[in-house]
Amino acid sequence: MSTKDSQGQLWEVFIQANPGIPHKHAGSVHATDKEMALQNARDLYTRRSEGTSIWVVPSAAIVASAPEDSGMLFDPSNDKPYRHPTFYVMPEGAKNI
Amino acid sequence: MESTNNLEKFQTIIDADTKIEPKDWMPEDYRKHLIRQISQHAHSEVIGMQPEGNWITRAPSLRAKLILLAKIQDEAGHGLYLYSACETLGISREELIDQLHTGKAKYSSIFNYAAITWADIGAIGWLVDGAAIVNQISLQRTSYGPYSRAMIRICKEESFHQRQGYEIMGKLALGTPEQKEMAQDALNRWWWPSLMMFGPHDSDSPHSGKAMTWRIKRESNDVLRQRFIDKTVQQAEVIGLKIPDDKLKWNEAKGVYEHGEINWEEFNQVINGNGPLNKIRLANHISAHENGAWVREAANAYAAKQKKEVLVA
Ligand SMILES: [Fe+2]
Ligand SMILES: [Fe+2]
Repeated sequence: MSTKDSQGQLWEVFIQANPGIPHKHAGSVHATDKEMALQNARDLYTRRSEGTSIWVVPSAAIVASAPEDSGMLFDPSNDKPYRHPTFYVMPEGAKNI
Repeated sequence: MESTNNLEKFQTIIDADTKIEPKDWMPEDYRKHLIRQISQHAHSEVIGMQPEGNWITRAPSLRAKLILLAKIQDEAGHGLYLYSACETLGISREELIDQLHTGKAKYSSIFNYAAITWADIGAIGWLVDGAAIVNQISLQRTSYGPYSRAMIRICKEESFHQRQGYEIMGKLALGTPEQKEMAQDALNRWWWPSLMMFGPHDSDSPHSGKAMTWRIKRESNDVLRQRFIDKTVQQAEVIGLKIPDDKLKWNEAKGVYEHGEINWEEFNQVINGNGPLNKIRLANHISAHENGAWVREAANAYAAKQKKEVLVA
């Protein structure tokens, strides 16, 4: 969206709630530079120990798939059952496989 | 284009309780309704900081001051979550603020009442946040993804707001006769405006029709208001305060409290700008915004300079 805005550019905020797990989208903030974006994200999204790490990304830098392509992109591939372990016949008695 | 095909598909998604996301096709009226509702909600969070901000320097203890500061900071955050959700619908932050300043967008009229005593800070947390919570819990299931996610985040933060307010009221009610009277007086003044927060009765609510079909709203004004009353009456009893409604009585058969008539004339007066503090609330926001212009300019200039340095390096 390129509407006129004096409020700084938009950044998407990703937060890792605990060490070892993926960063998850939390929301967005406005900021004019990356330090301000990080600071605003800290103040806005982690006031109650919600996270151990924050990423901020300019919203304009995110490339997203279009909803109308989702049928093609995320086809369940039911014609390729061999991608699932249950497709294979294991010999009787084999353990731990 | 609003072909019947698109509309039908849209309604199927809604009926299956799948969320609508920003890039999905949506009817123009759905988008408009959401922008109106979410921006009104965001503005309410922000304007709502004023009656409480008025008490920061006069909070009766350091503990009370810290709590109040934390609560007000949360409200600023709620405003920002909601502005962001609203911006996903293709309107800029600047336009949203502009609509507030020109009066095109409204905010909850409850914030046009004054917080004149410390007990009012208790009543606001207990009743105003309490009413907001009932509404917001229901809105967690709204059909628009970004709005729903904002509501879930907000609800997590709200329960402390209501409890700190109820604690203030409880302490005052157990205090000296003057303190108890102060608490009762605050309840008397905030009770009816809190009931009005849920909006007009279902029978004459102008925006509700499609909002329910599209699952923007999940429950009606009257259902939510009743839920708030039923919860709050018991809480008032526990701390020995009296709800200022002579017609309030338990209906055994229905399992709800019956209540007296709401003064809709007052509601309309306040909505249309004639409440006690409408002009002051808006004037404060406009002057804060205008006085902050140099900060935005400086921040933009700094960002531009940094970009140049990156290019040179
Ligand atoms: Fe809030
Ligand atoms: Fe609150």
